[in-house]
Amino acid sequence: MTQILVNILLPLILAPLLLGVINRTKAVLAGRTGQPLLQLYFDLWKLLHKGAVYSRTTSWVFRAGPMVGLAAILTASAIVPLGETSAPLHFAGDLILLAYLLGLARFFTVIAALDTGSAFEGMGASREVTFSALAEPAFLLGLAALARLTDNLSLTGILGGLTWHTWAASAPELAMAAAAMLIVFLAENARIPVDDPNTHLELTMIHEVMVLDHSGPDFAFILYGSSVKMWVLGAILVQAVLPASSAGYEARLAICLAGMFALAVLVGVIESVMARLRMIRVPQLLVAAIAFSLLAIILVLRRP
Amino acid sequence: MNGLLQLRNAQAVRADSVPRLSVEEFREAVICAVEGGARLSAMFGRPAEGNRLLVTAVLANDPDGTLQACSTVVDGGYDSITPDCPQAHWFEREIAEQWGVRPQGHPWLKPVRFQPPCRPAAGQPPAAERPVIGVTDFFRVEGHEIHEVAVGPVHAGVIEPGHFRFQCFGENVLHLEISLGYQHRGVERAMIGGPTARSSHYMETLAGDTTIGHATAYCQLLEALSGSHVPARAEVLRGVALELERVANHVGDLGALAGDVGFLPTLSYCGRIRGDVLNLTAMLCGNRFGRGMVRPGGVGFDMDSARVEELLKRLAVIAKDTAISANLLWDTPSVQARFEGAGTVSRELAEQIGLVGPAARACGLERDIQNHHPSGIYRFAHIPLSGWDSGDVFARAYVRWLEIQRSLAFVSEQLRSLPEDVVMASPSSPAGNRFAVSMVEGWRGEICHVAVTDDRGRLAAYKVADPSFHNWFGLACALRNQPISDFPLCNKSFNLSYCGHDL
Repeated sequence: MTQILVNILLPLILAPLLLGVINRTKAVLAGRTGQPLLQLYFDLWKLLHKGAVYSRTTSWVFRAGPMVGLAAILTASAIVPLGETSAPLHFAGDLILLAYLLGLARFFTVIAALDTGSAFEGMGASREVTFSALAEPAFLLGLAALARLTDNLSLTGILGGLTWHTWAASAPELAMAAAAMLIVFLAENARIPVDDPNTHLELTMIHEVMVLDHSGPDFAFILYGSSVKMWVLGAILVQAVLPASSAGYEARLAICLAGMFALAVLVGVIESVMARLRMIRVPQLLVAAIAFSLLAIILVLRRP
Repeated sequence: MNGLLQLRNAQAVRADSVPRLSVEEFREAVICAVEGGARLSAMFGRPAEGNRLLVTAVLANDPDGTLQACSTVVDGGYDSITPDCPQAHWFEREIAEQWGVRPQGHPWLKPVRFQPPCRPAAGQPPAAERPVIGVTDFFRVEGHEIHEVAVGPVHAGVIEPGHFRFQCFGENVLHLEISLGYQHRGVERAMIGGPTARSSHYMETLAGDTTIGHATAYCQLLEALSGSHVPARAEVLRGVALELERVANHVGDLGALAGDVGFLPTLSYCGRIRGDVLNLTAMLCGNRFGRGMVRPGGVGFDMDSARVEELLKRLAVIAKDTAISANLLWDTPSVQARFEGAGTVSRELAEQIGLVGPAARACGLERDIQNHHPSGIYRFAHIPLSGWDSGDVFARAYVRWLEIQRSLAFVSEQLRSLPEDVVMASPSSPAGNRFAVSMVEGWRGEICHVAVTDDRGRLAAYKVADPSFHNWFGLACALRNQPISDFPLCNKSFNLSYCGHDL
């Protein structure tokens, strides 16, 4: 019971902190003081106390977007185990549900953006669906490789079934699947080298430009939703890379949390040492992720 | 030579020695001169007798360091020069807008600033017919999958207002049209009847980031008109201030270019270093942008040896930090992948449309007022011309880096050998019926000021051609067939001034 509560509540509470860690890492590497670690919490609190502005050209779709998006992502977070225990929601094939819940959130963000009729948001929507059409196969194929490796169709089973022995026996497959997941993680969370979360230039944005017209609580939902989404994708990656199933629950949970924040630091470092890709090169990166996933699957299937 | 008046930078001549040609001869003279390698540096109108318009063209002949001028009187309409000389494109639109004359056969006759007509005799049109800023028939590409993106005049960052209309096919830009004029204040008109106590301030705030550049061009012009002499020490200090302005802006641009591709280290470091350089300008005159530094007859502030020592010490630190920060850009493959091949302007196009400044030098053109038409300290101390030939964002960034190094070397060399002298000559007022052209290579490119005095020595006409006036069209051309997501990067690599254009 406690484990389930922890599994549900920890992501909801800690997700915005990940962004704080990323931003602090970037600030330190650039020689700046940077914003407070808890800045996103302050922002969410502020936005929740504001009113929202709606354009007359928008319909209910625009208002539904942030709510459906957040609901889908929160449900997705219940499928992902934390500390390699049983997730609150788990059944054979739940990884498909996870992919589609994330897809649903994206679908509503995109149609809410199109609903505004703005040229910027249309461009952002077009970019988002183009790139996610390439990121989704990489993600699913990567999960499929892990599923085959552990002979399990539930995320709980997959992440719990990965041990140091699996790594020792099939390091290349796992490493390739993890590389694919890392690329998908960066792309799905609108990080450099795919997107630049700090830019104010609408013409270069992918994700941010779709939510330009949302304000107040709606925008808080969107910000919170993306931070939980980052947690969800990060938790899968971290638990695949750091299998700890032999240790006790507390130790596993601690390793998992440490891994999450190490991932945030890694993202901060990546963003500090390289520039963003030119937009026409982004598909090449994502196709590379698909290639990694495919190779992982082929290697797994060829195992005796 | 072909009926044109020959003169030099910052040299005054009798106003009536500028030849008045017939419209046909004028066209012929300008087109021939430009075909022969000259550049159209300024072209402007002023009222002539009988409700007609006197159009004057100033051409710069870089190889032999001379300027040429000629004028003509037009009435109502005349055959446009633009079809044979694209450099006149923007100038003719400006003249048509300001004075209501019609360049017949101009391929793109739209307002440049949406300002009301200047000619008082023609009478102001009723309010309903006055141009509304930003409202014009924008060029449209028709087709099933073509979409239009409108950006500005209010932008997401804290920048000046301007409207950009893109015609896109997917992510590709087929055409960009730039519509400016939001910053029009009527500076040129305010100068007429001067110089007054305000004139210097108008010039310093003409484009806030080019305070020293425009103030120097203005003072040089006034000194030419009045035939006064500037003390050697003041000439050196003007040069030092101008180069510090160049370094500050170029360093800021390198940082901003890094920011536009999401490369944080150079963005953060250059942002800080730019502030340090601005502080050096503040050591010269107490203002970070150099307000009050350059004044007719000399400079407003002198340096003592203690401050020179301190400035040189800080300059050495800045040189070291800038080198580290800029070299990060050239050493990072992901940054180079963004810079190279983005927003390329060919040498031929740059020559045709008359680009100036670092944007022209990045296309392999040798255009530099300090080298070709030197004035002030640059007659004695030469800074080598920095160029590159690929014409892309990388070239524009790299030319800036070359110029930063040379300017820093120049500043420290000049400060070490400051001549002993006063810094301000006794002022004298402009002589009557004079015509003079003053050019300065500002950090953004060629700054050209032209003035004509009336018989009492007051300014009868004042024309300012900011480098942005030549280069905005270059940005529009650079964007053809580029991904729209690269627009901010290309825009930053030109970094043009809105208020310098709008005046």
